[in-house]
Amino acid sequence: MSFIQPDWIWGLVGGLMIGSAAALFLLFNGRIMGASGIIGGLVDRSGLHDWAERGAFLAGLVVVPALMLPLYSVEVSTNITSNLAVVIAGGLLVGIGTRLANGCTSGHGVCGISRFSLRGIVATVFYLLAGGLSVVLFRHLLGVI
Amino acid sequence: MQRVLLSAASGGLFGAGLLVSGMTDTTKVQGWLDVFGAWDPTLAFVLGGAILPMLVAWQIANRRAAPALGGTFPSRPDPRLGHNLVLGSVLFGAGWGLVGLCPGPAIASISWGGTGGIVFLIAMVAGMVAAPPIRARVDRLAAA
Repeated sequence: MSFIQPDWIWGLVGGLMIGSAAALFLLFNGRIMGASGIIGGLVDRSGLHDWAERGAFLAGLVVVPALMLPLYSVEVSTNITSNLAVVIAGGLLVGIGTRLANGCTSGHGVCGISRFSLRGIVATVFYLLAGGLSVVLFRHLLGVI
Repeated sequence: MQRVLLSAASGGLFGAGLLVSGMTDTTKVQGWLDVFGAWDPTLAFVLGGAILPMLVAWQIANRRAAPALGGTFPSRPDPRLGHNLVLGSVLFGAGWGLVGLCPGPAIASISWGGTGGIVFLIAMVAGMVAAPPIRARVDRLAAA
């Protein structure tokens, strides 16, 4: 859809939708919309008492974009690296890191910063710095990605 | 039942927002982190746009006694930062930069991501399974 408007407008519109989803989750269910916490609570069984809400959230997260895909005339390009070792290493790091930190981009970033939470702000500073260093190291110095 | 439906609607709107914002494309995420390369500002608009409704939502929550569908609002987060917050965020950021996927888009990518997205998601879940013993070991090291 980027052939009509520049990417940043779609970024802003999509961002407002993501923030509205988090606002609904907070104001109706009283929950923080953190993707790593919602799935992580099912993985480590700490959130099994509200498994139905977590499962419904995850189902919506997958099913709604799948239903929207036919609206896109061009295929969505993910540009995920074909280097499976890199994909697996990245997935492991994201899984371990978000559980140690108790949050990711949605929980610490979107929900934490908007609450002026020191933990959310500090987490966001560190994952942005580490992300930037990771790209410099693996793209520009090692040429892996 | 209402809470379950609301959860599905919230997850769905999250997924739709990820698709619309272009966060399907891992090079957009890496392009934003890549301040020394061809810098792509899109993610700043996504994050900024997502924070705006939540700024309003926290103000509303502060004035209400309880969420609309029962339960309680989340308590103030523990102000202590701790080594796990910093170490975890550094590890997460490293993986995020490496592949360009964070947990939300990784889950949603089941609908668009092909094999790469699924492999990433499986590895992420494996990392989540491995996290509690790693946390226990880190805590022991920090206490020593």
